Amino acid sequence: MNAPALLAPGDTALVGTRFTVPGIKCAGCIGKIERELPKVEGIEAARVNFSAKRVAIQHDPALDEDDLTQALLSIGFEAQRVEDNPMGTEAGERRKLTRALGVAGFGMMNVMLLSVSVWAGAEGSTKELFHWLSALIAMPVIAYSGRPFFESAWMALKYRRTNMDVPISIGVILATALSLYETITGGEHAYFESAVMLLFFLLAGRALDAVMRDRTRDGIGALLGRMGKSASVVSEDGSTRRVDAQDLEPGMLVLVAAGEALAADGEVEDGASSIDNSMLTGESQPEAVKAGDAIHAGAINLASPISVRLTRTAEDTAIAEIARLMDEAGQSRSSYVRIADRASRAYAPAVHTLAALAFVGWMIAGAGVHQSLVIAIAVLIITCPCAMGLAVPTAQVVASGALLKRGLLVKDGSALERLAEVDVALFDRTGTLTIGEPRPVIEGLDDEARSVALGLAQASRHPLSRGLAAGLREAGVEPAAVENVREEAGHGLKGEWQGVEVALERPPSGALDLATQLRIGGRAKTIVFQDQMREDAADALDGLSAQGIASSILSGDREESVQQAAARLGLPAKAEASPAEKLETLEAFKAKGKFPLMVGDGLNDGPALAAAHASIAPGSASDASQQAADAVFIGRGLTPVALAIDVARKTMAVVRQNFAFAIGYNVLAVPLALFGYVTPLIAAIAMSLSSLVVVANSLRLAGAAGKDTQGVNG
Amino acid sequence: MTGLAFLIPIALGMGLLGLLAFFWSMKSGQYEDMDGAANRILLDDEDEVEW
Repeated sequence: MNAPALLAPGDTALVGTRFTVPGIKCAGCIGKIERELPKVEGIEAARVNFSAKRVAIQHDPALDEDDLTQALLSIGFEAQRVEDNPMGTEAGERRKLTRALGVAGFGMMNVMLLSVSVWAGAEGSTKELFHWLSALIAMPVIAYSGRPFFESAWMALKYRRTNMDVPISIGVILATALSLYETITGGEHAYFESAVMLLFFLLAGRALDAVMRDRTRDGIGALLGRMGKSASVVSEDGSTRRVDAQDLEPGMLVLVAAGEALAADGEVEDGASSIDNSMLTGESQPEAVKAGDAIHAGAINLASPISVRLTRTAEDTAIAEIARLMDEAGQSRSSYVRIADRASRAYAPAVHTLAALAFVGWMIAGAGVHQSLVIAIAVLIITCPCAMGLAVPTAQVVASGALLKRGLLVKDGSALERLAEVDVALFDRTGTLTIGEPRPVIEGLDDEARSVALGLAQASRHPLSRGLAAGLREAGVEPAAVENVREEAGHGLKGEWQGVEVALERPPSGALDLATQLRIGGRAKTIVFQDQMREDAADALDGLSAQGIASSILSGDREESVQQAAARLGLPAKAEASPAEKLETLEAFKAKGKFPLMVGDGLNDGPALAAAHASIAPGSASDASQQAADAVFIGRGLTPVALAIDVARKTMAVVRQNFAFAIGYNVLAVPLALFGYVTPLIAAIAMSLSSLVVVANSLRLAGAAGKDTQGVNG
Repeated sequence: MTGLAFLIPIALGMGLLGLLAFFWSMKSGQYEDMDGAANRILLDDEDEVEW
C-alpha cells in the first residue's frame, strides 16, 4: 500500500468516484452505507443520494473501481460505476430554469408591491418614483429570466418558424419598452408587473417539465455499460494483457474468466462453460457452450474460464448492430409533435393577428399611436398563454408522480401523451409476461428433500440455484445444515448432510434443459424449473381490453413455449421473431394507422421498443431496453402497464379541460382588451386566477393512479 | 415620504437576501436529493454512541 502513516491525513489527495446502487430502498440503507463504508481502509467518506440511488465515495487514489465495488458488495449492495456526469447537460438546464424562476419570483414580488401602491392611488412624484424603481428592478429581471424564451423564440424565427415563445417574447419586450417610455415621459401607466408576472408563471411551467424529465432519468440511471469494457488478450508467448474493448481486433485470442462479461463477439476455442445471455435475449436460462460455439458481446461467463477467438469487435458486434437499429427506429418518434406545440401553432398566429388588428383598428378609429399601442399590448398580455403554458406540464407532472408511487417511471411528458393514444399492445413473452427468472416446481418434494435442496442451493450463485433457493424460501422452507458444499463447474453442487452424500446435479437425460437432479444418498429426484407467468398478467390484459386495446404476443422465443403462454392468456401470438422482424411487425401496424404499444425487456426488443408509438419495459430489462422505452415498471406485477394507459388517458382529459378553460378565458377577456376596458390591475388578477385554476384542476390527477389495484379499470 | 426612503431599501434588501439564500441553497445541492432528506430524519444518530 502507499504510506499513509508518513503523511498527515489532510495531505493525501482524495478522489471521488460515483456508483449507482439500485438496492438503496430505505433510510436504513443510507445509514448502513454512510457508516460502514468509511470503516474500510482508504475510504474517507461516502454520501448517498437517495433520489438518484447513487453513492459518491471520497477515497484514496490507491483504491480502484473493483475495490470499491467489492466494499459495497461486502455490506450487501450491488453497485455499478457511473461515468462522470453523463447527464450534466440536462441537469444544467433545470438549474438554469430554477435560477431564472427564483429571479422572476423576486422581481414579481417587489414590482407588484410598488404597482399595488400605484393602483391604490399614489400620485405625482411618488408615482414617478415608484415607476422608476419598478423599471430598475424589472429591467435586469426580465433580461435574465426571459432568456430561455428569447433564445427559443430567436431560434424559431431564424428558421422562419413560430412557436409559443414568439408571442411571449414579443409581448414581454413590447410591454417593457412601452413601460420604459411611459416612465421616462412621466406617463399614466407602466406594465412592468404584467411582464414579470408573465415570465414567472411561464417559467414555473417550464421548470416543472424539466424536473419531471430529470427525476425519471435519475431513476433509471441506466448506461449501456454492461458490455465488457476490456478483455485479457493472450499473446503468442502465452502471456496475457488487458486491452480496451475499442482496441480489440478480430482474430485475437482472449481469456474470459468466470464471472466476466465478454467485450466482443467470438467463437469458443477451448474450454466448456455456461453463459448468461440475458443482456442480449432477456432469457435468464444459462446456455451451455463448448469449443466451436459462437458467443456474443455482453454475455457473462458463469462457470469456468474459456478462451475465445474474436470474430467481430467494437462497432461490428451484435450488440452494436442492435443499438444502431434502435437509433434509426427512434428517429421516427422524434417527429412526434407535443400537444402544447400543436396548440401553439394555431394559437401564436391568432394572437399576433388579433393584436395587429387591434392596433390598426384603433388607429383607423383615430385613437393615436400611443393609445393604440397600449391596447395592442394589453391584448398580447391578456391572451398570454400562462394558463396554456401551465396546462400541460402541471397535469403531466402530477400524473407521473402518482404513477411513480405505483411503480411506473414515465420518462417525459411526450411519453404520457403517446401512451394515451395507444390502441394496440404487443408483448414479449420471457421477462415481460413472465417474471423472467426460473422457478422450481416443488410440489413433488417432501419436506426433507426441500430443506436439503435449499441447504445446497443457497451456497451457489448459479441462476438455477438462485431460482431454487428463492422458490424454496418463498414456500417457507428452512435450510438443512449441509456441510462441505463444493461447486463443480458444469456438474453441480455436492455436500454432506447427516453423513450422507447429497448433490444437486445435471439430470441424466439431456432432454430437459431447465431441470436439476437432487440426490440424497441413493435417492434421486428431478426438479423441473418453469419461468412463471406474472400473477396478474391476465388481469392486466383484461384491463387493457376494457380500454379498447387489443393485445398480442410478439416474441423471439421458441414456438411451443410461446403457444403455451398464448393459449393460457387467450392471445394471438407470433413466435421466433428476430429483432428485425419485430421491427417490421411494428412498422406494419403503424402503416395501417394504428398506434402500437410495445412491452418488452430483451435487447432484441430494443428496436421494436424504439419504433413503437409508445413502449414500456420492466425494471429487470436490459439497460438498453430501459433506455429505449418510454416508461419502466418495477416489481412483479404487470398491472402498471394497464394503469399507465389509464392514467395517461385521464391526464390527457385534464389537459384538454385545461386548454378548454384557457380558451374560454381568452374568449371572455380578449373582447374586453380589444375595446380598451382592461386595466393593468384586472389583467394581473385575471392572469393569476386562470393559472391557479389550471394548477388546481391538474392536482386532481394525484389520486388518478388509485390506492390499490382495483383502480385499473376505472 | 421620508418613511419610504427607509422602507423601500429595507424591503428590497430583504427580498434580495431571500434570493441569495435561494441561490446558495441551490448551489450547495439542497434540492439534489429531496427524498433522501425525508428519509435521513429517520436515521438514529445515537447509534454509534450506544455501541
